Amino acid sequence: MTAHAEAGVLSGRRPFFRDQWNAYWLMVAPAALLMAAFYFYPLVQVLWISVTEPSPGLDNYAQLFTNLSIRRTLVTTARICVVTTAITVVLGYVVAYVLVHASPRAQRWLFLGVLVPLWISVLVRAFAWVTLLAREGLINHALRDAGLIDQPLALIWNELGITIGMVHYMIPYAVLPLYASMRDIDARTVSAARGLGATRLYAFRRVFLPQSLPGIIGATVLVFIFSLGFFVTPAILGGGKTLMVAEFISLQILDLLRWGLGTMLATSLVLFIFLLLAALARVVDLKRLFGAG
Amino acid sequence: MADEARIGAARSTRSLGWAIVLFLVLPITIVVPVSLTDQRYLSLPQDGLSLRHYVNLFSSAEWLSSIAQSFVIALGAATISVVTGTLCAIGCWRIGSRWSELVRVLMLVPIIVPTIVYALGLYRLWVQLDLLDSYFGVMLAHGVTGIPYVVVIVSTSLASFDPRLEQAARNLGASVPYALRRVILPGIMPGVISGAIFAFIHSWDELVLVLFIASRTIFTLPRRIWDGINEHLDPTMAAVAAVLVVITGLLLLLDMRARRRAAE
Repeated sequence: MTAHAEAGVLSGRRPFFRDQWNAYWLMVAPAALLMAAFYFYPLVQVLWISVTEPSPGLDNYAQLFTNLSIRRTLVTTARICVVTTAITVVLGYVVAYVLVHASPRAQRWLFLGVLVPLWISVLVRAFAWVTLLAREGLINHALRDAGLIDQPLALIWNELGITIGMVHYMIPYAVLPLYASMRDIDARTVSAARGLGATRLYAFRRVFLPQSLPGIIGATVLVFIFSLGFFVTPAILGGGKTLMVAEFISLQILDLLRWGLGTMLATSLVLFIFLLLAALARVVDLKRLFGAG
Repeated sequence: MADEARIGAARSTRSLGWAIVLFLVLPITIVVPVSLTDQRYLSLPQDGLSLRHYVNLFSSAEWLSSIAQSFVIALGAATISVVTGTLCAIGCWRIGSRWSELVRVLMLVPIIVPTIVYALGLYRLWVQLDLLDSYFGVMLAHGVTGIPYVVVIVSTSLASFDPRLEQAARNLGASVPYALRRVILPGIMPGVISGAIFAFIHSWDELVLVLFIASRTIFTLPRRIWDGINEHLDPTMAAVAAVLVVITGLLLLLDMRARRRAAE
């Protein structure tokens, strides 16, 4: 750096390095200012409201432990998120495993199948599940026409419906980090184990699986965190009967105007997520996980 | 190596993998046959195909105005995100210090923090700034939340761009803006286009913020769909969904072509 600056001075020109430096910070400025003013400032305000409305102090936070409907919502959210994450990571693992071992042609098709849903509107995906799972939906119709059921199955507006929709939404987010970590595994280690007499299952369990562990942790973190604050799919497939925390927050604000309670839950949600990330920062490369690696 | 590796994937595993991928894709495609139903309720076509739900859609002033609103807002929002996000990514890349690294880490916060949390703060700020229920208010909110994605995508492009090309241009007397326009931007154009498409779709699809900051004037497409799902489920919704699936497909093709041209 100094060498450059000196070269500028020695050649008799203006030391352009500083101008250049400023020019690059000027390029960063618009985005940084927009984010500071219109993202981070309102975000901090949420925290502020949670300790000032309706009265200053931590009264809102005490409700985390005393308010029964909050507790019910949190338990429901935790249960759905854990189940969703577990199913998603297992299914995502299978897809990533097949992806890594597929021929280039098959790989292209599999990738297309994994990525296309990511780009389709989340509302369209939720709507598709409603047409399939509803009481008078296509699945119940088909089962009744086939004579398999008399009463329609309750596939929607409960935790089952939410879980189906969420697993469907989250699988691509699990596949990508899993695939990235499996790609780095040297396939010869598995071949070596097989050559030494290990069964296919044993070689997988003792050689492949441990090496894919970073991917498993990454996918689990990503899916779990995205699930916690997920609004659209749970709200539509829960039908207002099963509430997860994001929808609960929006109800507090939009319908009941309880700003203190809503912002307290929102703040707690964010704090919980960041604590989780901080705890895992040693195990997972978070920047790589969220795309900036 | 690929051959040796393929020993590992048993046929049953492979079928399971393909089945899961079908589980990802097939449920979405169901909206196409449902949109062509001849019935008045959500169902598969029974006595024949019918385009009447598309006629409904394209003769409905409400749906058309929502589509137009979403398009204008997404265009404005994507412009904000792409211009500022691309400049930011390039600036950070060139500076390459601890501080610019901090900027890039902070850019991940909006990806991690649930939208519902931000929506609360946004609502309060928009009340203070009198931006509720305005085109500009929604554009700005979508534009700002789109910036991080553009930064991430463009940074990926920059990672494989040779910084010496820019240094060479600068040494030959190019100013910073000139080098930016004539050397860096052409080199990372595929990334910028991907970022633009992503920012556009980010706004086009966004529901949660709109639920908070829009009321009578602004009724974007996601909000119209949301209302439709919650109040009157009819096959017109399936027609909307099918149209969206097709548009998204076309945008994806565009993106793939941009990438392929970049690879060549």
